[in-house]
Amino acid sequence: MNRQERIAALKAAAKERILILDGSWGVMIQRRGLEEADYRADRFGDDKYPGQMKGNNDILCITRPDIVTDLHNAYYGAGADISETNTFSATVIAQDDYKLDPQSVWDINLEGAKLGRAAADAWTAKEPHKPRFLAGSIGPLNKMLSMSSDVNDPGARSVTFDEVYDAYRHQIRALNEGGVDLYLIETITDTLNCKACIKAIMDLEEEGMDKLPIWISGTITDRSGRTLSGQTVEAFWNSVRHAKPFAIGFNCALGADLMRPHIAALSRVADTLVAAYPNAGLPNEMGQYDEEPEQTSGSVGGWAKDGLVNILGGCCGTTPEHIAAIAKAVEGVKPRTPVPSKHTMRLAGLEPFEIVS
Amino acid sequence: MTAAASQTFVNVGERTNVTGSARFRKMITEGRYAEAVEVARQQVENGAQVIDVNMDEGMLDGAEAMRTFLNLIAAEPDIARVPVMIDSSKWEVIKAGLKCVQGKAIVNSISMKEGEEQFRKQARECLAFGAAVVVMAFDETGQADTKTRKVEICQRAFRILTEEVGFPAEDIIFDPNIFAVATGIEEHNNYAVDFIEAAKVIRKTCPGCHISGGLSNVSFSFRGNEPVRRAMHSVFLYHAIPAGLDMAIVNAGQLDIYDDIEKDLRERVEDVILNRRDDATERLVEIAEGFKGQKGKSLEKDLSWREAAVEKRLEHALVHGITEFINDDTEEARLKAERPLHVIEGPLMDGMNVVGDLFGSGKMFLPQVVKSARVMKQAVAWLEPYMEEEKQRLGTVDVSNGKVLMATVKGDVHDIGKNIVGVVLACNGYEILDLGVMVPAETILDTAANENVDIIGLSGLITPSLDEMVYVASEMERRGMTQPLLIGGATTSPAHTAVKIEPAIRCAPVVHVADASRAVGVVSSLLSEDEKDNFVTQTRARYERMRESRAGGPPKPRLPLGEAREARLKLDWGAYSPPKPTYEGVKTFKDFDLATLARYIDWTPYFSAWDLAGKYPQILKDDIVGEAASSLWRDTQAMMQILIGESWFQPKAVVGFWRANSDGDDIRLGTGDVFHTLRQQMVKDNTRANFALSDFIAPEGDDWIGGFCVTSGPQAEEIAEEFKTKGDDYSSIMVKALADRFAEALAEYMHERARKELWAYAPEEDLSCEELIAEKYRGIRPAPGYPSQPEHTEKETLFKLLDVENRIGVSLTSSFAMTPAASVSGMYFAHPDSVYFAVGRIEKDQVEDYARRKGWDTRKAERWLAPILNYDPFAVG
Repeated sequence: MNRQERIAALKAAAKERILILDGSWGVMIQRRGLEEADYRADRFGDDKYPGQMKGNNDILCITRPDIVTDLHNAYYGAGADISETNTFSATVIAQDDYKLDPQSVWDINLEGAKLGRAAADAWTAKEPHKPRFLAGSIGPLNKMLSMSSDVNDPGARSVTFDEVYDAYRHQIRALNEGGVDLYLIETITDTLNCKACIKAIMDLEEEGMDKLPIWISGTITDRSGRTLSGQTVEAFWNSVRHAKPFAIGFNCALGADLMRPHIAALSRVADTLVAAYPNAGLPNEMGQYDEEPEQTSGSVGGWAKDGLVNILGGCCGTTPEHIAAIAKAVEGVKPRTPVPSKHTMRLAGLEPFEIVS
Repeated sequence: MTAAASQTFVNVGERTNVTGSARFRKMITEGRYAEAVEVARQQVENGAQVIDVNMDEGMLDGAEAMRTFLNLIAAEPDIARVPVMIDSSKWEVIKAGLKCVQGKAIVNSISMKEGEEQFRKQARECLAFGAAVVVMAFDETGQADTKTRKVEICQRAFRILTEEVGFPAEDIIFDPNIFAVATGIEEHNNYAVDFIEAAKVIRKTCPGCHISGGLSNVSFSFRGNEPVRRAMHSVFLYHAIPAGLDMAIVNAGQLDIYDDIEKDLRERVEDVILNRRDDATERLVEIAEGFKGQKGKSLEKDLSWREAAVEKRLEHALVHGITEFINDDTEEARLKAERPLHVIEGPLMDGMNVVGDLFGSGKMFLPQVVKSARVMKQAVAWLEPYMEEEKQRLGTVDVSNGKVLMATVKGDVHDIGKNIVGVVLACNGYEILDLGVMVPAETILDTAANENVDIIGLSGLITPSLDEMVYVASEMERRGMTQPLLIGGATTSPAHTAVKIEPAIRCAPVVHVADASRAVGVVSSLLSEDEKDNFVTQTRARYERMRESRAGGPPKPRLPLGEAREARLKLDWGAYSPPKPTYEGVKTFKDFDLATLARYIDWTPYFSAWDLAGKYPQILKDDIVGEAASSLWRDTQAMMQILIGESWFQPKAVVGFWRANSDGDDIRLGTGDVFHTLRQQMVKDNTRANFALSDFIAPEGDDWIGGFCVTSGPQAEEIAEEFKTKGDDYSSIMVKALADRFAEALAEYMHERARKELWAYAPEEDLSCEELIAEKYRGIRPAPGYPSQPEHTEKETLFKLLDVENRIGVSLTSSFAMTPAASVSGMYFAHPDSVYFAVGRIEKDQVEDYARRKGWDTRKAERWLAPILNYDPFAVG
């Protein structure tokens, strides 16, 4: 299949069943007990890249491609339809923490996408009835456009829109070139950062780059039901609808039980697919997630049966066992039907505002 | 503006616009951004639904100012909650703004001024930023002035945007240019008409789009004459909104109510706006000078009262409900007083006494009093820490004028009236112990005993609550409690209190309180050592006379049930083919647009909920209550804007249709369920039938009945509680009263949909909201518990059939009141001859027959039918 055929297959599959996304990468990499040397390999010697490299999981796309391929295989093997590239923090802004140069950041995205592509294609060849897809992971930044960077100056920002736009543009081009099937803008804490990313995609497409589906996944940070930058669920949706996303949803920060009301709220308004991949509960006092696969799958399986979602997966603390349990729980369950498009002007500040024609 | 218009119409705040506000411009050019942020905050607090930000000033770096200001307000959640309109004639300023907003903004504006290519490019960019756009009717040759040019340019822009750029139609707002009229130049005379006419065509030929305009342009030639300008704005909106204008940049505080504009001025302004006569401009100029300098209805504040002594200022604040300066004034009074309590006992109580006197003499009205209470509460809250501190220091205890327990009785959830009475009493220095709604008798009486209250007040709205009140009274008698018992609420009456409640309790006085304005007088008499005995004796004597006069007169003659049935309404079923609903069974409806529902609101009952008598909208101009009503109306509209903007309520509805045939006075459904109905037994002349609801359903063959339940949802009660916690009873009561109105509006709206679309027997019906309120349609929607079927338990069948609780979360209390309280239910009848009627009083033969049909014993039937019995079920012999 070429990419256009894969995209068509992805859209067709979404109509038939609830699609499964993979689970956490962090916890799986942690289990490998990697050392500084694994992260650096030959390319990233400490003469040119001082400081610690351990913890920069994205760089493993270049330095330990075997592990990255293993994890794609583990998740595809557990029943995931979609796996994500290991590029969550692969922007020039986020990688500045490790003093990485733009070319290396480019290579993480390009190699990451190639690894994922190869794994997905191998599984599709093996199981043609269940094609596997690759989502280019585009994570949040450690710098936010809507939040002040200085407690004494509410107008201060540590980064500009153009810088964020350029960083995302760079990542998107590399992911696209590496062969991803769709983009997953995820763990969005600031909608303005996300809008910079959307604009980068729309501009690149206008300039002639291959058009790919966009999946937008925000993060509701606590029980207040708002994003970190203060928007309600519906305001968030109104603010990103112009991307005409393939899917919209939430991930991270909350376990399934606390995420449900926000997914339900989104499900009521979104005229596109709804996706959710919660954490394996909330971390315990040791910072570990201990929700069992059956607990997670029990919760999200209920969402599927209640017609709230189209795509399910896992975020922090979830493992291939969680994904297998979720896949099993939703087997044969009819996916949600998106609500019909409502042709009203839907503006937003932190809260939604609708003007009927 | 009319009520309906203001709700579908979006006011864009213009105070944060350097070209529109000299004050704001000064703040920005002088770099006083903190103050500028406060201007934005004030605008949002005053109800702006979108704020316009404009930094187009020659001396400014517009892009930098835009960025700075938007970043600053992004950090203020109470400002950032509303969307921003990024307003500039410079594209780089717009872009700078778009890079600072995380929400979905409006760009104001783009146009074809520099050609189609530029227009396309900018539109595409707006789309990629996720913004809606205002498109000016402007092309390569200039701004459109005539109707033809306006229409032609907007249509061309619409085609380019929707077909070439892929812009969603609903995100396009056309600004077809409002130009000044009455300039003295003849060519300008038709500008307003051109706009209005163009708006109509544009809305029709560019489906989905919106129309906006800069309102202040129209009155440009009357610069410096605010009263005339305001009148011109209001008149313009009055005509432009129905034509399709749904957004305008306007200072909401500077609009007059259309009906309030002085008649001669209005007529002359209208002549100018609508270009109705050649000498229109001259005629307006002729009188314009006379209005100049007048404050008119301006909201500009007269602050001369601030110069008076602090006691007078406190009084003024209390009487006028102004909280703005209350903390400072209270503090000033506290520093003057020996003890903080003296501020309350002295100037604050003096002020409240003035309020009480004005209220008592009918010069102030409830909404104003509730606002006064809000001021009082804030003042007391200011003093509380000082009194607490003093108490710690001196070890003193509180005293109050008396302690009043208030409760809505078991089975009833209605509490607006009770809350109003509570506030009014609290203002008069009584301590209020409010137990809330659905309070069982035991809780009321235990609390009264434990808390040592001085008076017990019971409230209820539905008829079964009357029985519950009798029960509470008899329990007081059993326990030998002596606190006076007050009775209030919509279905209560002096007669019921005299005949049913007072005989149940001899050890304590019972008084019916007709409305909140009487509560203070009654309570103070009952707690006054001097007046109490006299007051109680007089009341008892009055009730005694009422009982005698009722007992004395013979019951009205009734027909035997058999004869009444003979006189039933006999419809010619052969000549009628009952319409078939589009579905059978039950459907749920939600996601209603509050702005749409708002148009279906009948406002008259809203005013009466506040004890303001009169028909809307005339009430706003009423000689006696007009001022209070108008003030309430303004506050209500402000809340409506936020309420609709923030979707405070999530109303839901459920509607079902079932096959049905009448069987005597019963209606049997295809589901096996039965609706029991009651028949009029009054003696009528021969030509008029004795109705029962079953008369409107065919005895055999195809026929259907419908049922519905609608609710404003549970949110109102939560929001009301929040306001209450914050000490804002005024808003708390308002939100509940509005929830009731929305429930009624939704009932009206769903009935219309039932007629036109769901049952679809009147698809062509085209009635205005006023005609709907006047019930000028075919078919009825009677509700159990109301005159056509006064027996409440029938709701149980209706609720079961509709699966109401599961579907929309409305449940029935033990007295068959619906909870949440802002809910309406009933049945639909489609026959053209179906009418509302009152069953009236019924005889024992029908009660026994009804009991048999319901499977009850006669006693039970008599209890549920108590309010309509034509006999005394407890009479001996």
